[in-house]
Amino acid sequence: MITPFPSSHPHNPWLAHSVRIQRVTQETPGVATYDMAFDDASVAESFQFLPGQFNMIYLPGVGEVAISISGDPGQRGVVPHTIREAGNVTKTLARLPLNSSIALRGPFGSSWPVESCVGKDVVIVAGGIGLAPLRPAILHLLKHRSELDELTLIVGARDSSLLLYPERYDDWRAKGMNVLVTVDRADESWHGCIGMVTAVLDRLWLRDASKTVVMTCGPEVMMWYTVQTAIRRGIPSAQCFLSLERNMNCAIGLCGHCQFGPEFLCKDGPVFCFDRVASRMKVEDL
Amino acid sequence: MSHHTSIQPADVSVAGLLRTDDLQQLIDALIAAGYDVIGPKIDQCAIVYDQITSVNQLPRGWTDLQEPGRYRLQQSDDSKYFGFAVGPHSWKKYLFPPQSIVSTATRTENGWQFSTDAPPAPRLAFLGVRACELAAIEIQDRVFLHGPWVDPIYKSRRDAVLIVAVNCTSAASTCFCSSTNTGPRCRSGFDLALTEIAGGFVIETGSESGRAIAARLPLESVTEHHHAEASSARAQAEAMMTRKLRTDDLHDLLLGNLKHPHWDDVATRCLSCTNCTMVCPTCFCSTVTDVSDLTNDHVQRERKWDSCFNIDFSYMNGSPVRNSIASRYRQWLTHKLASWQDQFGTLGCVGCGRCITWCPPGIDLTEEVVKLRDAVHANSEDPS
Amino acid sequence: MAVNDLKKRPRLAVFKFASCDGCQLSLLDCEDELLTVAGLVDIAMFPEASSRMEAGPYDIALVEGSITTPHDAQRIQDVRKQATTIVTIGACATAGGIQSLRNWASHEDYLRCVYAKPEYISSLATSTAIADHVRVDYELRGCPVNRHQLLSALTDLVHGRKPRLPAHSVCLDCKRRGTVCVEVAQGIPCLGPVTHAGCGAICPAFDRGCYGCFGPAAQCNCNSLVTTLQSAGTTNDQLLPLLRNFNGAAPEFQAAVQFMNEQS
Repeated sequence: MITPFPSSHPHNPWLAHSVRIQRVTQETPGVATYDMAFDDASVAESFQFLPGQFNMIYLPGVGEVAISISGDPGQRGVVPHTIREAGNVTKTLARLPLNSSIALRGPFGSSWPVESCVGKDVVIVAGGIGLAPLRPAILHLLKHRSELDELTLIVGARDSSLLLYPERYDDWRAKGMNVLVTVDRADESWHGCIGMVTAVLDRLWLRDASKTVVMTCGPEVMMWYTVQTAIRRGIPSAQCFLSLERNMNCAIGLCGHCQFGPEFLCKDGPVFCFDRVASRMKVEDL
Repeated sequence: MSHHTSIQPADVSVAGLLRTDDLQQLIDALIAAGYDVIGPKIDQCAIVYDQITSVNQLPRGWTDLQEPGRYRLQQSDDSKYFGFAVGPHSWKKYLFPPQSIVSTATRTENGWQFSTDAPPAPRLAFLGVRACELAAIEIQDRVFLHGPWVDPIYKSRRDAVLIVAVNCTSAASTCFCSSTNTGPRCRSGFDLALTEIAGGFVIETGSESGRAIAARLPLESVTEHHHAEASSARAQAEAMMTRKLRTDDLHDLLLGNLKHPHWDDVATRCLSCTNCTMVCPTCFCSTVTDVSDLTNDHVQRERKWDSCFNIDFSYMNGSPVRNSIASRYRQWLTHKLASWQDQFGTLGCVGCGRCITWCPPGIDLTEEVVKLRDAVHANSEDPS
Repeated sequence: MAVNDLKKRPRLAVFKFASCDGCQLSLLDCEDELLTVAGLVDIAMFPEASSRMEAGPYDIALVEGSITTPHDAQRIQDVRKQATTIVTIGACATAGGIQSLRNWASHEDYLRCVYAKPEYISSLATSTAIADHVRVDYELRGCPVNRHQLLSALTDLVHGRKPRLPAHSVCLDCKRRGTVCVEVAQGIPCLGPVTHAGCGAICPAFDRGCYGCFGPAAQCNCNSLVTTLQSAGTTNDQLLPLLRNFNGAAPEFQAAVQFMNEQS
């Protein structure tokens, strides 16, 4: 039985934990993975998260930004976050030297339904940096590989230079995951699949669609068509899960920013069952 | 047990009659019990909430004329202390302050040190809380106290408050609390409640703290005549209320018509100025930003009231998600009247009418709901 | 972050075009913080403050004033070439300033009224914003700019961050400070609902209507405000000077005047 770790709630949700940037791994242009280590040993010991949850990364004086945790939920002490340079916080972070003191609050939010995968087939569909929030689920499922039947990862990116974690794919394959890679545009050096992740999903052999769980993360439009494809293939929409993104400010459901209809993405999401959000995904400017 | 959860309707009982001339003794008793008294007073050509120490600061003999987009003070033909409806301020400014510090960061040789220590909350006695405002406080309790996360600032302030409610004996043209079932009668959620009649106030208590205050007052017994007068004064408020909001179909009507052209119609009038959300006693949106000194060694995380009408509010990945006035008005109205029900099990509206009065163009949500409903029904009946 | 240790201090230049110098003075007015600012940047050019004038290029150029002469129209092109980041400061630079009143009058008549020998004056018929001539990176609104906003923007730029410049209406700031709406409660014509934040909502706190000195807020609905004020009894004679004020040449306010005239 897969038993994910429970999330830990700090007493005061506004209190940040100081962390050091222990290691930085450049992934793709403008994207790096930052391993953060807690200064306080007791926090390091007690910090646990569920696959799909996020932290608020805090640079004092600059601000906070919500970032999914991209590490192994079973690993203690160090928390990796794969982050794209976009706004003030992430651009400043990218310029900080190793061992800089920063902070985080968390973990927050809902998680991928890894528990309900037991005895089922799992298809994970990631677009671009959308693989980062799925990585904890992948690592967790690989650790419990024997409890699942088929396990497939479809990874897509605009071109091969934007593929996330490509050096890990062989290891994941070796541990029993079918990894299918596709790019939108290819040069001569690319010998793999060309096209959308949905096209790969469309052709994927499914042992039993009714017993397949889909988890997807990427641009909203990609996730929408991924689930549409899954449904067309006979996978029940109630077994399709996605991770949504909105402006998050407090992460604890109190500031109102991340509302998506009745959902607060920070506390009800970011991971949702498709059925719960489907009707609103096609409403513009919601 | 925290203070606000101890108030139950079952506790409510009539304590006695406080003569009009003895109202100062209520204020004195509150101050003696260690409270700063916050009550209505006239400032900036309106009845606002501020600290008071004397009955002479109350807007006795004044009333307010309210209509969409317009508020005027007027001398009334009686000398009631509480002969007006609600004004531009609401009690949320004390429980959920417009600006507060949620945490601080200090740079040290060993990296950043963080603190969420806050000064102790002020002990405040709210004097003159109306039924719709009791309901609004109850709604904000659900938001800040009863979710998976508790807001420490709201909680400490809420726990330190004593509530003296006042039953409305008149209503503004913008009031519609009968429709939202939140008034005009104060039924629970107070420590003390007053009903103003000729010669005095019928006082009810709703908690131990309320009974302790009442025990210090020179109360007279309440006669049948007083009861009848209080009851007829309260009935007058109900009778004066003309504005209505049908609530039974709101959830599906609003959420089922997110793409309706009526949102564009409202957007021609809506200024997206945030006034409705700022005066609303239940709106709880905020933004936390960092305020630092120039060397960035001392940083405060400052929380300020914010609004879904602010274009920056939904900013993500380089542009606002709600990039039009229509989408922002739709967010506000659908949240307030529909998705609020999913989130908190209640309407987000208490029928106080502030958003109608304080909207400069006078957009009236009750009217917008009717227009949308009529348009939806007309369309569904139209065979073409 | 100890950015100063990591790289050279950014070179700052301050340029003046048609303006009253008030916005530059806001920088000098920072008093307590001025020394810290001077430590953060290398002030290479700031004629108002120092006779030291170093040639470009500059990392940050603060540009005050509007373009009103052929010479200035050329000079701003040179500034653009010299500066990595241009920040326009104040209503003159961001919208054309009060001097854009000439845009709706006869330039020739004005020259004849003011100057004994107008033929010696070489000026343009319009006063226009800097952004009408060159690409502008950030705008600090106001007449004058808010010095706290100026400092915070400078600090952000020095640390390589995008300045935070909220674009909401003045109303939000009025409510945060507890000011009762002067339009609704007193019938005072107020541009707050369509005016860009940044001033701290000063005027309504003193029972004055906002006169829009920070220019139009993002996606402001001026037409609705014009209709609102007109139906509350504000005459076009009262409205016109509000709209054609320090930011009269801002496109949103110009359109509002046109709409106002169409209503009557």
